[in-house]
Amino acid sequence: MSLLSIEHLSLSIGDTKILHDVSIDVCPGEIVAITGESGSGKSLTALAVMALLPRGSVTDGHIFLENTDILRTSERDLCRMRGCSMGMVFQEPMTALNPVQTIGDQVAETIIIHEKTSKLDANIRATAMLRRVGLNVNPSRYPHELSGGQRQRVVIAMAIALRPKLLIADEPTTALDVTTQATILELLKDLVTEFDMGLLIITHDLAVVAEIANKIAVMQDGHIVEAAATYDLLHNMRHPYTKSLFNAATHKVILPEYIPAPPLLSVESVTRTYNLPRVTVFGSRPTFQALAGVSFHISHGERVGLVGESGCGKSTLTRAILGLEEIQEGQILLDGQPVFTKKSLNLPARRKMQVVFQDPYSSFNPRHRVDRLIAEPLHVLNDSIVGKYREKAVSKALEDVGLTPEDGTKYIHEFSGGQRQRIAIARALIIEPELIIFDEAVSALDVSIRAQVLDLIAGLCRKRQLAYLFISHDLSVVRTITDRVMVMQSGKIVEQGDTEQVFSNPQHAYTQKLIAAAPKLPEVTYNVEVI
Amino acid sequence: MIRYTIARFFSLIISLIVASLVIFLVIEVIPGDPASFMLGINAREDTLAALRSEMGLDQPLTLRYFDWVIGMFQGDFGNSWTYKTPVSELIADRIWVSLPLAIYALILSTLIAFPAGIVAASRRGGASDVTIMGATQMGVAIPNFWFAMIMVLIFAINLRWFSAGGFPGWSNPLQGLKSLTLPAISLALPQAAILARIMRSSLLDMLLEDFIRTARAKGLTRSQALWRHAVRNALIPVLTIIGLQFSFLLAGGIIIEQIFFLPGLGRLIFQAISARDLIVVESVVMLLVFTVIMVNFAVDITYAIVDPRLRRKS
Repeated sequence: MSLLSIEHLSLSIGDTKILHDVSIDVCPGEIVAITGESGSGKSLTALAVMALLPRGSVTDGHIFLENTDILRTSERDLCRMRGCSMGMVFQEPMTALNPVQTIGDQVAETIIIHEKTSKLDANIRATAMLRRVGLNVNPSRYPHELSGGQRQRVVIAMAIALRPKLLIADEPTTALDVTTQATILELLKDLVTEFDMGLLIITHDLAVVAEIANKIAVMQDGHIVEAAATYDLLHNMRHPYTKSLFNAATHKVILPEYIPAPPLLSVESVTRTYNLPRVTVFGSRPTFQALAGVSFHISHGERVGLVGESGCGKSTLTRAILGLEEIQEGQILLDGQPVFTKKSLNLPARRKMQVVFQDPYSSFNPRHRVDRLIAEPLHVLNDSIVGKYREKAVSKALEDVGLTPEDGTKYIHEFSGGQRQRIAIARALIIEPELIIFDEAVSALDVSIRAQVLDLIAGLCRKRQLAYLFISHDLSVVRTITDRVMVMQSGKIVEQGDTEQVFSNPQHAYTQKLIAAAPKLPEVTYNVEVI
Repeated sequence: MIRYTIARFFSLIISLIVASLVIFLVIEVIPGDPASFMLGINAREDTLAALRSEMGLDQPLTLRYFDWVIGMFQGDFGNSWTYKTPVSELIADRIWVSLPLAIYALILSTLIAFPAGIVAASRRGGASDVTIMGATQMGVAIPNFWFAMIMVLIFAINLRWFSAGGFPGWSNPLQGLKSLTLPAISLALPQAAILARIMRSSLLDMLLEDFIRTARAKGLTRSQALWRHAVRNALIPVLTIIGLQFSFLLAGGIIIEQIFFLPGLGRLIFQAISARDLIVVESVVMLLVFTVIMVNFAVDITYAIVDPRLRRKS
């Protein structure tokens, strides 16, 4: 007997049809994963179960939770069900909690609104639930005093405070570091067994899916294209989309061989300390050391990766290399010139490097045409290219990244996320820099797009000598796109070496922990069509 | 929280010192000399000298500043040149009109704005939202003296519920309050319109936040989520505006004071400026600055009560 059964669910908002005939079953004690790329409709499926769809949604079909059809239940009864017989955990733990209420109160609220009980009893039970999810902090703390992983535990405690029969988790670990992700997944698994809950987990991360789910449903454009038990699906894939998805996730690029060359960028014992706000009125300001004696070099044509968890100093290092802020100790030289002189960035050094950022949606000025956006770095050149030559340079940069010169006349909103990232790379390429910094440049992209962009980068390396620093939290990407890798922890580089060597035989304890925590895709086999 | 309060208190002291220096220097130093400014260009040399020594202008600058500050601490603001009475008496008479009027108006505007803003936000796009937004649009556009004249016309002249002006004093508190009612409403209406709009937009921003969705997933109804989670978060920008409005209400009511013939601070400063009575101007301005700084201090403390993130680690 299924706990949740979604039967022929269709959903449209306005004239847009979003879900088509979606059917999924979840049994008690079972973990069912919905996976797919962005826009496939997986999150809206989850919200439909909670009956928290955006305004103007029109649904058809049935969603049975035990014997209640959620699509035909009044809002009043739905409020009684939410939090009581079904709970939900969201993606972004930083914003999912009310900043002005204590975590204890927020967990206790779930109990208070559903049961006629005293505040004291609710608080005691909330504290117990916080302990159960592994959070041994005072319940009178506020969300801003906790880390992302801790906040996600609070959100989970809120969702399961009344031991719902069904838990829905929408990308519960996407915003977390790998080591935190591993512990949260472990917690969810334990809770499912202990409470005999059904868990519907939504995630784009196929490795997470493979690791946690009993059953997998693959979604594309609002359809479920394939659904089966995890083992069966991984070993007998039928639908071409599933195959392409798994292929893209394990995509390997072929980099040209790196020929040892003299150093291009050298970072020597760099230290950067930030002043924090005063804690006492007259006391001295406490400091935070973001970079503690970081030293490394990147040679001409060398592809170097940088991995580490949030807060380890990756962003500070990027800013320091780009000459965007002053460092307190050490020096950063690009081709023998300091990147930062006399309180400002040093242009001659700066024009030899460019950067590609993570978010393809917010790193462009939406009011400028694409050709203007791409031509922007030309300003740093000594004699700026103008007129016909400038047009030529823009066209060449666009063609280099697989777009057409005509795309230069469009505006950025006319492009998809993957195309925007191509435009960002074109912008970086236009001054033919010696070094490009890719700061989480493929992290926001879907797997298939990510594979294309990685191919593009590898292709550029084949065409010309290009050195880059590839910063990412995604170990599998770094493994394929770099020659050498550096592992960073608390402002220090704890291990560096040949990429394959570091990954197959990590020396430092932290590197070992990182690699162990990262979920891995098991070997998959594809169904050979028998004619 | 205690550290935060102490820190805010120190910044309050520093603001007061800086403000007093600026006011003192502007009035006493640039340009020329206050005595000749007060008597005009045709003044006779011996009258000027007499006024100078009466004002202590023959003393060194620093000494005069400290005399002025110490005097204020003792409640001695000097003597008015035109009224021939101590400035402290002049201020004391009027502050008992202006301060209650400002508080009265602020209470009214908050009482109108909060429910209006909350109702409009919770029924976004509905009939009540459209009506409230239309009304606030008019409230923002129409000047307060127009409200004042209309109210005098209706409630004082036609209905005869209130007197058209004047202030009988606080010997009968109810009578005093009654005479301040029409002016307070006229002052409050435009302020309430602004405040309601801020409350509405701030709440609507909050309703889009992830934690509202989390609250709904817990089983809270739409209005429970609004009251329990959105309202307190929406208060920060609203408090800022309330702080600014109070400062304005205290001294900016001059036109309303004229219409209702109230002996308030606005009128005092207007008359003092017209009569070039710089001692009065200086004292009243300092008093207003003092109030503004105190109100800001109170707003800062309220911020921290509302939002734990501002308290820092204690």
